[in-house]
Amino acid sequence: MSSRPELQAPPEIFYDDVEARKYTSSSRIVGIQAELSERALELLALPNDGIPRLLLDIGCGSGLSGETISENGHQWFGIDISRSMLDVALERETDGDLILGDMGQGLGLRPGVMDGAISISAVQWLCNADKSCHEPRLRLKAFFGSLYRCLGRGARAVFQLYPENNAQRELILSFAMRAGFAGGVVIDFPHSSKKRKEYLVLTCGPPSTSTMTPSAKVEDSNSCSDDESSGDEENQTVSYRNRPRKRQKITKKGKTRSWVLKKKEKMRSKGNVVPPDSKYTARKRKSRF
Amino acid sequence: MRLLTHNMLSSNIKGVINGFPLRIEADNVVVKQVDFNPDFLKNMFSKIDWKALAEASKIMGYPELPDETPDHSILDSDDFLQKFHHALLELHLEEGALVCPETGRRFPVNKGIPNMLLHEDEV
Repeated sequence: MSSRPELQAPPEIFYDDVEARKYTSSSRIVGIQAELSERALELLALPNDGIPRLLLDIGCGSGLSGETISENGHQWFGIDISRSMLDVALERETDGDLILGDMGQGLGLRPGVMDGAISISAVQWLCNADKSCHEPRLRLKAFFGSLYRCLGRGARAVFQLYPENNAQRELILSFAMRAGFAGGVVIDFPHSSKKRKEYLVLTCGPPSTSTMTPSAKVEDSNSCSDDESSGDEENQTVSYRNRPRKRQKITKKGKTRSWVLKKKEKMRSKGNVVPPDSKYTARKRKSRF
Repeated sequence: MRLLTHNMLSSNIKGVINGFPLRIEADNVVVKQVDFNPDFLKNMFSKIDWKALAEASKIMGYPELPDETPDHSILDSDDFLQKFHHALLELHLEEGALVCPETGRRFPVNKGIPNMLLHEDEV
């Protein structure tokens, strides 16, 4: 059987009471979640002015990622489809509010109110059709559309996700772009199979210098510093409208007089009619010709 | 659920044009103390739909907020900020329901968690 929970059951069924408790009592998962949310918050690049922002946690589960948001002094509320996970969150007395909802049905929030959104290991669930009424494309469209509306201008959304394959990643990205987001995928530690983590960093509004996709973390033996921008980062910037056109490869290289003479000789040997060589051979025409 | 969240939520049913504000049916309201942060309140003030907040806090048993949208200058008053803080962050709707203003669909609130899941025919 596959180890991907996405392939086993729909989220509201997979994360039942037992699984929800298991999830939150495993210190390994708690540690990973905290690390992921810390990095997601960092990619969110909120202005560092000490004012608490209102963030949305999509697929908040038992509030592990919300805890990180609270530690950073921001207000949040979370949405999740699994009641069992939310019950665990209640027991843990998270600071943010919890909403039982399905992100694939649209978020149902007022326009322009959120200062940012994060989501840890949740968005890939949208690619599954768990019920007969589910159509992944429509659900992705509803999700990204409603997210775009509820975010303020210039606000960011950061999703950590585990796409099953390249097609799934492209599907998610294309719907994000269609909703109007700019941004791309940041892959931390692309060469490590264990530490490799993907983040989808999206910004509301047209692309500009402020919507540049941040650089990824790479394996570095001496430090795990956050601002490592050197090295072989792997950024897939997708929506970048000012991308220069592909240069047409016209070079004068090789078309010298000797190249032309050689060519003519070759054509003559084939029996073609070729004008005789003169001092004008391979000269450029005057512009007024 | 705090009124902050209530102020952001709207009904998401297919065909509903104005699903905001959701009407509150309060069965049980609890007050939880939260740290007072004037910076957050000032930042949120412009995003809050005031009428919905005043209305909701009245239903939750806290009629201290002015009905009309106050001027921005009122944010200097500490007294006002305290009231705003109390209404926005400390009043919790524990049990009750949210009702869509257009269709009358009830979204039950259980243990402080509103159930916003839609049925198949509402998507």
